[in-house]
Amino acid sequence: MTTPSLEIVSLSVAFGHGRASVQAVDKASFRVARGEAFGIIGESGSGKSTILRAITGLHDGYDGDVLINGNPAPRPRNRDFFKTVQMVFQDPYSSLHPRRMIRATLMEPLEIYRLDRREARIAQVLLDVGLAPEFAYRYPHQLSGGQRQRVAVARALLLEPEILLLDEPTSALDVSVQAGVLNVLNALRRARGLSYVMVSHDLRVVAHMCSRIAVMTQGRIVEELTVEDLRAQRATQPYTRTLIAASRAAVTAD
Amino acid sequence: MTDPLLEVRNLRVAYPSAHGYSDALRGISFTLGREKLGIVGESGSGKSTAGRAIMRLLPPKARVTADALRLSGFDLLGASERQMRDIRGGRIAMILQDPRYALNPLKTVGAQIMESYRIHIKGSRAEARDRMLAMLEDVRIRDPQRVTGLYPHELSGGMGQRVMIAMMLIPSPKLVIADEPTSALDVTVRGQILDVLNERVEAQGAGLILISHDLPLVSDFCDRVLVMYGGQIMEELAAHDLSQASHPYTIALNASLPPLDHAVDELIVPEYDPTWLTEATE
Repeated sequence: MTTPSLEIVSLSVAFGHGRASVQAVDKASFRVARGEAFGIIGESGSGKSTILRAITGLHDGYDGDVLINGNPAPRPRNRDFFKTVQMVFQDPYSSLHPRRMIRATLMEPLEIYRLDRREARIAQVLLDVGLAPEFAYRYPHQLSGGQRQRVAVARALLLEPEILLLDEPTSALDVSVQAGVLNVLNALRRARGLSYVMVSHDLRVVAHMCSRIAVMTQGRIVEELTVEDLRAQRATQPYTRTLIAASRAAVTAD
Repeated sequence: MTDPLLEVRNLRVAYPSAHGYSDALRGISFTLGREKLGIVGESGSGKSTAGRAIMRLLPPKARVTADALRLSGFDLLGASERQMRDIRGGRIAMILQDPRYALNPLKTVGAQIMESYRIHIKGSRAEARDRMLAMLEDVRIRDPQRVTGLYPHELSGGMGQRVMIAMMLIPSPKLVIADEPTSALDVTVRGQILDVLNERVEAQGAGLILISHDLPLVSDFCDRVLVMYGGQIMEELAAHDLSQASHPYTIALNASLPPLDHAVDELIVPEYDPTWLTEATE
């Protein structure tokens, strides 16, 4: 079998000490092949975002292994790691610097990594996410939510990563705007062979984007199923059934 | 015919901008009886502005005009600020999106609900306390005695929203405006909250306006739906007909939602036709 692009093995994250300690993630394991989109769903507090934060190194105190192309990720994370793995955060209203022009925000990774052809790269990446090059000269408050999230995706793409971690990338957006952002993400994954790990509590979004889906509750992955099984409601765990039922309630009411 | 619960005719809201006034609402009209009315549309379509205009909660610089804005025949636009204070919370209640921001962080749950009761229905402390505990039970909070002493930060999202419903419905309002009451909550909790809201509103015989961008939710929950875009009502239809809508905007909005039953290659992004807006944008 080929080495997966990303693999986590028995990952555990705990917050607090002693009796106040909370096991946020409890021995989670999954693998994501190259070019695959892997989804994690669960309610708030189930630990799904914590997994992504542990992978990027925002929570460094984890147990277990994070393997990138078969090699353990360095602790603390170094530059090479971020050239491979990038993350897009949930809220585009707080993830962009409010007093920096989009151009300055996008320039930063290029300067840190001493890349050439900076202007050309910025223009290209904006085009890739469906924004006109003029957007480089705007401030975040001059953009709509969907445009901001596109900028956040553009920033993650600048270093040409192989793996994109998406933490509820559209939950702060309207359905009509969400459709546009999801289309961009899908097109990029196909064109560049990116691997996605996408966290969401919206079953519809995950089903649309991902081919395999892990269901989390209380820090544990209770079930991993394919999107076909999800659509056909072939879930074995009671929690997954509840989740599917809650999301389908409105559909079946028609 | 008796007066409808709420009558809105040609309601307009405009904000001052660099070039005169710019319209947020361009003349919307509807009436509401004891029913559940949904207002859907994307951000900026004016759906929340409509709710706030009915409550007269818009900032003073907003210019609000209407041919009629009446609650059971009472003119809301002409009411004084003093009269509005009795109406807000008393006869019209508003449930907001996120209980974490809408509740007072420095007061216990019990104190907030009792305050709401004692302002609008003059009663003793003991009476208010009894009503408050009964109300918490009505919104299906399992252990009301314990929850009364909690502060908002100690509540989960679903519990906070129940508390807000209890607080808003305790003075028995005639009209409840719920502005995205479940969009800050998990899917698994959403259904329960809507059940509670539905049960309470029906028990009290109030009218409900549910403002949301979630089409399936609205079509499931409401009797009638107004679809808004650009400050105008695009289409009004019975909720169960939402999937057979005729207006291109409603159809596009429906199609932009990723389907759960089958795979689609690309989602449809709604495109806008300026001719939908019947009056020229200034």
